[in-house]
Amino acid sequence: MALERWFRRNRPTRKEDDNAPAGLWLKCEACSAQIYRKDLVANAYVCPECGHHYRMPVEARIELLADAGSFEPWSGGIQAEDPLGFVDTQPYPERLEKNRQKHGRPDAIVTGGATLDGEAIGLVVMDFQFLGGSMGSVVGEEIARAAERSAQEGRALVAVTASGGARMQEGALSLMQMAKTTVALELLAERGLPFVSVLTDPTTGGVTASFATLGDVIYAEPGALISFAGPRVIQQTIKQDLPEGFQRSEFLLEKGMLDDVVSRKALKERLAVTIRLLRAGSVAREREKGVGRAAAL
Amino acid sequence: MPLPFEKPIEDLEIKIEEMRAYAGEQGIDLSDEITLLEQRLERLRRDTFDNLTRWQRVQVARAAGRPTAMDYLQGAFDGFTELHGDRTLGDDPAIVAGLARLGERSVVVIGQQKGRDTKENIHRNFGMAHPSGYRKAMRMFDLADKFGLPVITPIDTPGAYPGIAAEEQGQAWVIAESIRRMSRLQVPAISVVIGEGGSGGALAVGVANRVLILENAIYSVISPESCAAILWRDAAEAEKAAEALKLTAYDLLELGVVDRVIDEPVGGAHKDREETIRRVREAMLAEVASLMPLDRQALEAQRRERFRALGRFRDAA
Repeated sequence: MALERWFRRNRPTRKEDDNAPAGLWLKCEACSAQIYRKDLVANAYVCPECGHHYRMPVEARIELLADAGSFEPWSGGIQAEDPLGFVDTQPYPERLEKNRQKHGRPDAIVTGGATLDGEAIGLVVMDFQFLGGSMGSVVGEEIARAAERSAQEGRALVAVTASGGARMQEGALSLMQMAKTTVALELLAERGLPFVSVLTDPTTGGVTASFATLGDVIYAEPGALISFAGPRVIQQTIKQDLPEGFQRSEFLLEKGMLDDVVSRKALKERLAVTIRLLRAGSVAREREKGVGRAAAL
Repeated sequence: MPLPFEKPIEDLEIKIEEMRAYAGEQGIDLSDEITLLEQRLERLRRDTFDNLTRWQRVQVARAAGRPTAMDYLQGAFDGFTELHGDRTLGDDPAIVAGLARLGERSVVVIGQQKGRDTKENIHRNFGMAHPSGYRKAMRMFDLADKFGLPVITPIDTPGAYPGIAAEEQGQAWVIAESIRRMSRLQVPAISVVIGEGGSGGALAVGVANRVLILENAIYSVISPESCAAILWRDAAEAEKAAEALKLTAYDLLELGVVDRVIDEPVGGAHKDREETIRRVREAMLAEVASLMPLDRQALEAQRRERFRALGRFRDAA
């Protein structure tokens, strides 16, 4: 029974965990090329013809960034409650349970320790397929714990975000996760450990307006929607058409909001280089301190 | 314009006025009848306001005539000296900030300002700040730290402004930075939700040691209208959404999101502005005094722990 459950929980990623059109063969939504799905998956969900980035399942993301066999999960020990007794078209606990069953995890996030090209990191990956990657108490707590544990273990933190924002079903408590995740990052800062965020499609609302944009370095994937307010909300407010490319990574890079737009293929190496360069300063200081101490002896 | 549920109260008030006028004109003594009616009025007011639905409280929180941040600045503080500008982009009128005295103490105040009439509302962008407003707030946090002045933030906004320029100038980025900057304050910080606490736009100046809220104010992750539009695909379901979101003062006290509820005079803050302002002043004075013994590190640590602890979850099955 327990083993059966384990298999159910750990079954391979299903097709609907990305946003590419279904089918063995599919037509790329960006360039209309016919692509063999296996090729798309092998290419990290990037169209081999035009480079269009599809959303990527959490497990594939971990595989992309963590050195083989290095990922050790930290998250999964807690699950959401229903503090408001929230019912919309269905009760929140039911909605949660369906998502847990479907996606095989307690909430919209996976965190863990790993090495990335040999660098010890804490890794946070959000799952957009799970209730829109929305941040409630559990997502906030897992991020906070991952930040704190990374700080304690001397790891850099890498967060790959994908979220519709704060989770409405937990009301103001979800809003408070913005502050909670923010203050949890302070330990990393105090210990001089880098926090690098990678914004992927889509990152919006309360996640964008908290830890996601507090990275020491902020990267984004090509074509990702990154916003505070969603495009529809803005359109309804101002009753005008939005500019071309508005709220997409490239647009935000131009506006000075991102450090760079990095393709999925180059992401791991870029993260490794960035983390190494950032950490070099404190490593050098430690060494000098060591030399100083040796000289004093 | 009375709120819909205030109509019976207003009708009775008019009736009492008419009876008084009639008694005066006719030179007859109707004081017994008037006293009876006044007692009835008092009961009606109390019954109505003790039993407001969440949606009705949303309406009170937004009611015309409810004291705004500027009303508190003028009524609860002395010598308000407004300071303008973010030093980069401009000056955002949706946030008013500056120096003032609260009792014997000099403080920094950062308030979200809705208009008191249509003209001012347009000028203030209905209290919805742009990135510039939050940059101004962060400049004030720096000032407060440098001179060791307590920070008070009256909160009253539908939310941070969702517009093209706001997004281009990094609305999400400044809100995140403002949350972080405020959490790092080395001085006592007190937030008072005086009307609407609209999501991230409110939290950006709400990371205080003590978070107070007026009895009929609200604080929510999303407006009931937007929530209804998303979950029920119909903004008209806002009443249902308001119930579901548990966004009233006592709901938030129960969730630990706020620390203290300041009771409003019966009939709501808009019916007795002076008394409301007096009560808010008393509460702020007491809260500042209670935080003064804490040193810088203790203040920052308390604030961090307060927000770090928020949320409800249990061990996974």
